[in-house]
Amino acid sequence: MAISVQLTVNGKPETLRADDPAMPLLYALRNQLGLHGLHFGCGLAQCGACTVHYDGEPLRSCVMPLSAVAGARIVTLEGLGTPDRPHPLQQAFVDEQAAQCGYCINGMIMQAAGLLATNPHPTEQQVRQALAANLCKCGTHVRILRAVMRVADRKP
Amino acid sequence: MAAPPVPLSRRAMLRAGGALAVGFTLRVPAQAADESSAGRAARGRVVSADEVDGFIVIDGQGGVTLYSGKVELGTGALTALTQMAAEELSLPFERLTPVQGDTLLTPDQRPTYASLSVQQGGMQIRRAAATAREALLERAARQLGTTKAALRAQGGRVVPVAGGGEGLSYAELVAGASLSLPVDPAAPLKDPRDYTVVGKPVPRLDIPSKIFGRFDFVHDVRVPGMLHARMVHPASAGASLEAFDDTPCKRIPGYLRTVRKGDFLAVVATDEWAAVRASTALVARWSAWAGLPDEARLVEYQRGAKVDRDQVLQAHGGTPIGAAVAGRQLRASYDFPLNTHGSIGPSCAVADFKDGQLTVWTPSQASHLLQKQLAAMLGLATGKVRCIYVEGAGCYGRNGSDDCSSEAALIAMQIARPVRLQWMRADEHGWDPKGPPTLLDYRATLDAEGRIAAWDADIYLPERPMRRSGATLLGAVLAGLPRYGSDEGIYDPGLGIPYTLPDNRLTAHWLVDTPLPAAWIRAPGRMQNTFGTESFLDEIAAATGTDPFELRMRHLSDPRGRELMERLRSFARWEPRASRPRDPGELARGRGISYAKYELVRTYVGVVADVEVHRPTGAIRVLRVAVVHDCGQIINPDGLRNQIEGNVVQTVSRTLIEQLRFSRSAVTSLDWASYPILTFPGVPEVAVDLIDRPTEVPWGAGEPTTSVIPSAIANAVFDATGVRLRSVPFRPAVVLAALAQVERK
Repeated sequence: MAISVQLTVNGKPETLRADDPAMPLLYALRNQLGLHGLHFGCGLAQCGACTVHYDGEPLRSCVMPLSAVAGARIVTLEGLGTPDRPHPLQQAFVDEQAAQCGYCINGMIMQAAGLLATNPHPTEQQVRQALAANLCKCGTHVRILRAVMRVADRKP
Repeated sequence: MAAPPVPLSRRAMLRAGGALAVGFTLRVPAQAADESSAGRAARGRVVSADEVDGFIVIDGQGGVTLYSGKVELGTGALTALTQMAAEELSLPFERLTPVQGDTLLTPDQRPTYASLSVQQGGMQIRRAAATAREALLERAARQLGTTKAALRAQGGRVVPVAGGGEGLSYAELVAGASLSLPVDPAAPLKDPRDYTVVGKPVPRLDIPSKIFGRFDFVHDVRVPGMLHARMVHPASAGASLEAFDDTPCKRIPGYLRTVRKGDFLAVVATDEWAAVRASTALVARWSAWAGLPDEARLVEYQRGAKVDRDQVLQAHGGTPIGAAVAGRQLRASYDFPLNTHGSIGPSCAVADFKDGQLTVWTPSQASHLLQKQLAAMLGLATGKVRCIYVEGAGCYGRNGSDDCSSEAALIAMQIARPVRLQWMRADEHGWDPKGPPTLLDYRATLDAEGRIAAWDADIYLPERPMRRSGATLLGAVLAGLPRYGSDEGIYDPGLGIPYTLPDNRLTAHWLVDTPLPAAWIRAPGRMQNTFGTESFLDEIAAATGTDPFELRMRHLSDPRGRELMERLRSFARWEPRASRPRDPGELARGRGISYAKYELVRTYVGVVADVEVHRPTGAIRVLRVAVVHDCGQIINPDGLRNQIEGNVVQTVSRTLIEQLRFSRSAVTSLDWASYPILTFPGVPEVAVDLIDRPTEVPWGAGEPTTSVIPSAIANAVFDATGVRLRSVPFRPAVVLAALAQVERK
């Protein structure tokens, strides 16, 4: 039962197809649209490497069936900002050199961007809680926290 | 902390990073793959580590390509190596483009491991660059009719020292030809006082593209006509494949076939998700196998394991092993569990077999070793195998990357089509070779003044090469194909103590077997050795009523080590705590110290950890870790801090939480729920004090800080509560039981 789903990805209308309606959104974004900012980490929604924004909120694309995203507004790391027009978090991550291998960083930025959209000036404790289910094995946490707080501490 | 000032504008760096990423992550891999050995010979590309051309090629436009056998594993090594080359060539950093870990293009600089990228690989590159610079000066002197002494290299040109005249650019001097020079080990190196690139916090080449989603990991390599595969790994560690049925797979659109050889079983499809579905739909029958030891009795298993040989790794003084030394005796044993590498991204590789030539895009830390291993496994001449490094997720040692690469290669040869194989999470947790369990025994004799008169230690580690060694390719093991003699791996260099004692000894007992295939994980053996050593020293301090800091200083004779410890004393505001009463609070606070001279010959590191123990639950929280670090000449202080911070946080995780679980048949820690790691709420503050010694040689920093973390935490917990933790990980239930025991006393 092949399906075809229309949605918006990074501001552009797209049609994604799958032979299996249960195919996670991750595979369509990576393999059909060539968006590589999101990564397959666990396929179990445990690590966060695959995070995208779904109607403005962080979503783990590795477990989201394609059939459930019709009409959705999806934003990936590539759509969050560009080197010419970086999202404040992307600029802060560059400034803090907040990456080691960088495989998890997509999830860190997308999850933190979701937090800042609803709470622009979180405390460090709130940032730690918001990122509690995003895993990093290199131990980049202290820099990630510094990068997010750099944006969070900004005067309105 | 704000990123320190950099010699280039951020925007320029972003551009440089973006452009370079295109260069070394192979956006057009198929084109690169077409470079055959014959093509290389025709072009005369030299890959010898003894030749300048092996490392450095100056093109006709003045751009320079750096060919590095050491690779970027997420540690910042490639940026540091590029800095070293740029500095010694007197070339602007952004004019260098690195190419890494390609058996066709780069020299074999040995695997990227053991904190040796800068220390060994970087020094090879530095000498090659210095040789090149001297040769350019000589050529310029000839062309300009002057002497070398009247010229200097600057900004990619050779110019007169006295000024006046434009001199000649490197491009003009080489005129598109290669330098064809042996590396001169005695080539004069630049005076560190003249450094403009080395020692500076140059931003990492790869970070901008990783932050904007434009970086190509190995998972992003695409080759025309490429198919997708998934493995169906055995149901247990020693099971054989008895039968399989792919009838259910045939209902999945895109499913093509299975590949089976012995116990090797994979599914292939045109589409990635079809391959995932087929791997779960396939019905396989595996033989029953239950050859693993009881994980609850792992220490007893190690004590009973057959010893292949004993080896004295360190000995001072003349007391024969086992001889009695008069005085007060202390003894203690420590143990460390199995760990998985736990890479956040699963292993992945792309392989293509065409016209007798195998090309593998691999995240292996050892392209050149993998090339030889694949050739042996698949019956190919080494020259018919090309391994191209493409970054994967952080590996921290020999994870599943090489195994996945071997499996992809076998599938590609069987189906005669390019194929991309990605492991699923359970493959990564279940089948990466494991950090082996380690057991340590200590005995000390104290003299009348409480000084250490004799010290005798034993460490139990798996022998190498081991049966089904982790350095052996899983694809070869499962398919029953020939195995290349494995890399030795490195558990034992420099085990022992970094102190001067009248009498001390460390004996390694190399065990014939270990529960699961084993390989190195960050600071292999050294972390366990330092955990035992520095914990036992702390026990001696407590037994003799000595301040733990003073006890170390009493036996530390190395001047550089003493200087580091004095820095640590003030950096961490250490106060003598020998007679300090225990913290009786519900949240008991304490601090612990640990020191190492890595492998007894290089990087010095000392730490103080502050912890909080929640008495009602036994939960430990590491609040702050203060690190003083001396790795000699610092190439990139910000990259170094990043590494030290990572060492600390990752090892807090390994110390408090991580433990691989297994049944009698198989690994049962198959995801992040069953193998939890440290998360943001538990991450400590990390304070770093760097000792820079520009006139000394640079040493490694990828591992040393790891080695001191478990003991610093254990010592801090003792300081807080009187509980001595000797078995890693320090999980709440264990701490709670130990607290109850202390309170009963």
